[in-house]
Amino acid sequence: MNDLIEIRWHGRGGQGAKTASLLLADAAFNTGKYIQGFPEYGPERMGAPLTAYNRISEKPITIHSNIYEPDYVVVVDDTLLTSVPVTDGLKESGAIVINTTKTPEELRKLLKGYNGNIYTIDAKKVSLETLGKYFPNTPMLAAIVKVAGIMTDEELLDDMKKSFKHKFAKKPEVIDGNMKALEMALKEVKKI
Amino acid sequence: MSIRERLSGNEATAMAMKQINPDVVAAFPITPSTEIPQYFSTFVANGDVDTEFVAVESEHSAMSATIGAEAAGARAMTATSANGLSLMWEMIYIASSLRLPIVMALVNRAVSGPLNIHNDHSDAMGVRDAGWIMLFSENNQEAYDNMLMAHRIAEHKDVLLPIMICQDGFITSHSIENIELESDEDVKKFVGKYKPEHYLLNDKEPIAVGPLDVQAYLFEHKAQQAEAMKNAKKVIKEVSEEFEKWTGRKYEFFEKYKLDDAEIAIVCMNSTAGTTKAVVDELRNKGVKAGLLKVRMFRPFPAEEIAEALAGLKAVAVLDKADSLNAAGGALFEDITSAMYVNQKNVPMVNYVYGIGGRDTTEKQIESVYSDLEKIVKEGKIENPYRYLGLRREEN
Repeated sequence: MNDLIEIRWHGRGGQGAKTASLLLADAAFNTGKYIQGFPEYGPERMGAPLTAYNRISEKPITIHSNIYEPDYVVVVDDTLLTSVPVTDGLKESGAIVINTTKTPEELRKLLKGYNGNIYTIDAKKVSLETLGKYFPNTPMLAAIVKVAGIMTDEELLDDMKKSFKHKFAKKPEVIDGNMKALEMALKEVKKI
Repeated sequence: MSIRERLSGNEATAMAMKQINPDVVAAFPITPSTEIPQYFSTFVANGDVDTEFVAVESEHSAMSATIGAEAAGARAMTATSANGLSLMWEMIYIASSLRLPIVMALVNRAVSGPLNIHNDHSDAMGVRDAGWIMLFSENNQEAYDNMLMAHRIAEHKDVLLPIMICQDGFITSHSIENIELESDEDVKKFVGKYKPEHYLLNDKEPIAVGPLDVQAYLFEHKAQQAEAMKNAKKVIKEVSEEFEKWTGRKYEFFEKYKLDDAEIAIVCMNSTAGTTKAVVDELRNKGVKAGLLKVRMFRPFPAEEIAEALAGLKAVAVLDKADSLNAAGGALFEDITSAMYVNQKNVPMVNYVYGIGGRDTTEKQIESVYSDLEKIVKEGKIENPYRYLGLRREEN
């Protein structure tokens, strides 16, 4: 892992991209890192494009601006690929992780001009199979942790189990599903 | 022993308030400070604090209730932003003139209009002459630490002035970052009990608070406020030194970041100072002697000390996150240039108004300021001392 990893999330209001960025910050914090997790607040509406950010470092982080040259980009909703310039500034040494069922050819066409790594995951399938509902944020969290090598699978699963116990103290029935979503996502994310 | 945590700036502020456990909190929600009374009211409901929480119907009432509580002899706190502070305006002056050591969290946001909920310092700059002590915070840690020191400063018998602890709305208030917290017991010990000398609910000493102050008295009372503000410098220094002994975290009137051997420097406040540090590091790697002076204590203003710290530089840029709309320059710029003049330090200075209404302030922008400073040093002239940074249609 580099000294500083910068991640930009693209999602739509209501999909949990902000929550996923905060969960990622939490998980990285618990492995001893310095972290930042912050959304770009706008006039928030369900379905409107939104951006959230993470910085993860071995050293204290002092920068307080948005991220313009991320190491990784996470796209929680592939309909954003036609409306938001998701690869802007993305370092080619890094990668983009997309929740999609599109073919590699379709994606290469949509991301024309971008020559870096592309990873995909069908977070809808993962979510429906494990949670019975469509919440893409948990699978996408696992996907970015895997792709960026932020921590081992075991570290992520151990830490998230604790987080979910706390977060879902009043609905313990969803903990197992979320844990399964993480496990499945770690296996499903693929480089194209 | 500090506790390693990760909190947003608002969570850190609410945590400090919980550990301080004041007698009264009166607040009305306004973005981006809403979470502070929201979290705090949860602490009240859960019995974590024994504070009387007053859910008032406006910010004018929030400040009024805080004034009433403090005058009665209680330790009272509030939090607000932007237009909430505007609505408090009348009572802000009453609080300081009654010499009530109220503590307020001000989560900085642009004052409307047009309506904008994002960060700049126009709210704080609007009350810079209101007789409140004003401390600025780069991040969640400083917002927390400044809050832990606030009562010790405000309630000191030589001060007795209200204090506001500022941090940048959203940029730090809503960003989760690492933080070192202190234990509840240690905070309790450091902050201590509030023992007012004169207060309304003391039946052994009946007093009036805030009666008519005619021509024969108001001037003297204002001079006493001014004297208290001068005393605050000494007290802030003492409390900060005691805080450092306790936590190891050092706070001065301002932070000098690689300033001592610098040739060019930026002066700014709050979160932009952190971004500037990253740029200074990069420039130092390239051999550019760049530095930063981050103002923590804006009121009282450390004029002499800042003039001394900047005296040896070849050029300085002051960044103002609020425009004074006076066709001359921002408030921090005017304070600093006047400090330099009065202390007979002649350094070329330039002002940038930046980050208005939440406009993101990037490393590239900060770099451009340092390269402007290099140009000023090289050419020996400043064509326009009152500039914008990050504005579209620049210099047209």
